[in-house]
Amino acid sequence: MSDNHLTQESASRRQFLKGSTAAMGGLMVGAWLPPFAPKSAAAAAVATQKGALGDRFAEGFGAFVRVGHDGRVAVISPKIEMGQGIHTGIAMMVAEELEVGLDQIDLQEAPPDADLYTDTLLQFQATGGSTSTRYTWEPLRRAGATARMLLVEAAASVWKVEAGQCQARDGQVLGPDGQALGYGKLVDLAATYPLPETVELKQPEAFRLIGTPAQRLDTPAKVNGEAKFTIDLDVPGMLITSARACPVYGGTVRQVSDRAARAIPGVKDVVVLENAVAVTATNTWACFEALKALDIEWDYGANRELNSARVGEKLHEASRRDGVVAAENGNIDQSLDTAATQFEAVYEQPFLSHSPLEPMTCVAHVQADGCDLWVGTQVPGLAQQTAASITGLSPEQIRIHNQWIGGAFGRRLDFDFITQAVQIASKVDYPVKLTWSREEDMTHDMYRPRYVDRMTAAIGDDGYPAGWRHRIAGGSIIARYLGGLPDNGVDFDAVEIAVDPVYHLDDLKVHYIREEPEVVPISWWRGVGVLRGIYAVECFIDELAHNAGIDPLTYRKTLLQHRPRVVAALERLAEQSNWGDPLPEGRGRGLAVGEVFGSVVATVVELSAVGDKGIRIDRLVTVVDCGLVTNPTSVKAQMEGGTLFGLSAALFNEIEIEQGQVQQENFHEYRQLRMGEAPSVEVDVMPSAEAPGGVGEAGTALIGPALVNAVHAAFGDRVRQLPLTRSGYYIV
Amino acid sequence: MQTVKVNNQTHVVDVPGDMPLLWVLRDILKLTGTKFGCGIAQCGACTVHMDGQPIRSCVLPVGDVSGREITTIEAIGEQPLAQKVQRAWLDHEVAQCGYCQSGQIMSAVALLANNNRIDDHAIDQAMAGNICRCATYTRIRSAIQDVSESVGVWQP
Repeated sequence: MSDNHLTQESASRRQFLKGSTAAMGGLMVGAWLPPFAPKSAAAAAVATQKGALGDRFAEGFGAFVRVGHDGRVAVISPKIEMGQGIHTGIAMMVAEELEVGLDQIDLQEAPPDADLYTDTLLQFQATGGSTSTRYTWEPLRRAGATARMLLVEAAASVWKVEAGQCQARDGQVLGPDGQALGYGKLVDLAATYPLPETVELKQPEAFRLIGTPAQRLDTPAKVNGEAKFTIDLDVPGMLITSARACPVYGGTVRQVSDRAARAIPGVKDVVVLENAVAVTATNTWACFEALKALDIEWDYGANRELNSARVGEKLHEASRRDGVVAAENGNIDQSLDTAATQFEAVYEQPFLSHSPLEPMTCVAHVQADGCDLWVGTQVPGLAQQTAASITGLSPEQIRIHNQWIGGAFGRRLDFDFITQAVQIASKVDYPVKLTWSREEDMTHDMYRPRYVDRMTAAIGDDGYPAGWRHRIAGGSIIARYLGGLPDNGVDFDAVEIAVDPVYHLDDLKVHYIREEPEVVPISWWRGVGVLRGIYAVECFIDELAHNAGIDPLTYRKTLLQHRPRVVAALERLAEQSNWGDPLPEGRGRGLAVGEVFGSVVATVVELSAVGDKGIRIDRLVTVVDCGLVTNPTSVKAQMEGGTLFGLSAALFNEIEIEQGQVQQENFHEYRQLRMGEAPSVEVDVMPSAEAPGGVGEAGTALIGPALVNAVHAAFGDRVRQLPLTRSGYYIV
Repeated sequence: MQTVKVNNQTHVVDVPGDMPLLWVLRDILKLTGTKFGCGIAQCGACTVHMDGQPIRSCVLPVGDVSGREITTIEAIGEQPLAQKVQRAWLDHEVAQCGYCQSGQIMSAVALLANNNRIDDHAIDQAMAGNICRCATYTRIRSAIQDVSESVGVWQP
């Protein structure tokens, strides 16, 4: 393990150096090798969380922080950078406590290692679910602080003074009599000390970096073509590969005629897999052309007849049944019987594709004694496992070199494309870079599930609900991803928000009815279960307010008296959006609020009705209380981008299935907001002393319901099914 | 054999004339700053300049570019105006994943270089062919506005 660990680190360091413009000289090589401490700070943090780790750290690598002889600090990020700015955030956390500048830090990707890099919120090593800041906040600062304490102790012992008389600043320890020693000079001594028993972290008032806008570390390379994504890598001896999988999920290859494909200049091999045919060639164009030239006879399998209409019917049917009870307070059945009024509404959300601009890509090299994967992945451990199971190699022989990702939005929480790359690489004796065409990417995604939510409220004389019954029908991502549901039969992702709506309800009963559209593989999409839940709850509460003839913001506040943090966000939103100001006829505001990913977010859409169904978005205001902010620039950017990402989907996007085949193949059929259509997003980040919350998906989750509620306000039309284009709306 | 002049260097490449310029740049000349996104001129990730005009290299056969000057993101920073654009991109912290930004910058530089008056509508038009899935549009607009103002072509 030790040797392999070393090899892997060296390799990823080379990768880093290759892609880095910073001249670090030869010092780094020597600097890298001496471990910072026999047990690293991060190891201690992980050990505290996960129990004893035994002598695992005899090899001496710090999990999160390593200080070199040249004083440079390597921060090993357990989270991959895919645009959310997490590398910079993590670097800030370490730099804050270690007392170094951001420019002294080099970011490295963590290798798969469940002991070291398991995200305790997700319970595995992954980047997703808006957990990155929430999870790293404690252990990464602690790692920085521990390292600083050991370095100060080392300096104090050199100067024969008390540690308390010394101070760490800008990568040096300063002594009481004007002495100064750089961290690099102290590393060897510091590494001999045991870890301190108590580590005190700075109070927020003392932060000098955290909370201030920082230039992202990864962006300079992203404006001049230097940034390397998986699709850009070039490994010696590598050929390009691309694949065509059966257009129907679950189908297989019956036979292939490849004469025309092989005649295309540059084509090397045709590799037939169970469900796909791949071509390898000296260039991507030859691969794409050869794939078109293949004559493939498919066995479409059991899903050949399935179509969107049928999936919809089954989901609606399922929503009329009771399912597994995911939450229950009070007695909603009784309340519904005795209520002054009952109100029912059914909401439907479509299958969605992730369609990141970098299509699925993976570089794989399979050899007899090991396998290298250069791939941007949100799940390095799962990537390692799939490669091990295909090749028969042990997980330790699978080296994952994680890469910046050209947009993921959840897509690279799956590893189907990694599996395919390894399958192809196993059949040839050279490394391959798998690059899917856009068409392959869009038609072989792992889609956001389609859901039907049926909500039935018991309404009192005052127009407020005693409670509601909420039935959720849809496929289970958890069951597919984890190979089964928990013992209680509830997909805990699918019932998010529904089981704990922010509103005070005496009675609540949530049913989960698993209805699996076998034809469509489903997975997490930006916003995950929260997105589904917020849409249903926030549309429903808006309808109840409207039925009661009460202002929807006032109505919500009345039901939120037990949640002052949410009320505060709503009040702030009212101010920021001029909620109470009257609007002319044909113009309306819609609102949504939620406590999501540890943050409180509230959004207003103000729009004008143009003609019969034209929507012109006049204002988009969002207020976020995401607790203590690490990098305000990144918070704003995530809220802006996440909101517009959700807006594209709510307006335009739906994946449809006919004859078992996905109908949308490229961006002309799965369209995105473009420059002239994208409203500016006014983001207000509330000052907050709460623990950090997630922001990567928060904007995405809130915009859908805010938009349809605004459509109702402006057009008087209650749309319950997304996307809005399905009901004839278009953007002006 | 095809002859292409890219970033002031002439290359003779042994590829069929119908190979899109994008793949010549990326796979043959190893200029990977220009990205593949859709292959059908829908997303703009592959935008480069041909004689100073923005074109989608994913649909332009390499056989059609002989005698033309191609400029890619790797060399655009040699132009002072483009440097301003790149700087503005950093000042406004535009990039998120960054994958589309080469194409966005190439479109923006062409807009700025080829117009004496730039307003919001001009930005909408010039940038309409570039998709950003991270949806950084607001910041792209601000960055372009900033440069437009600094070079005196902004028309509010």
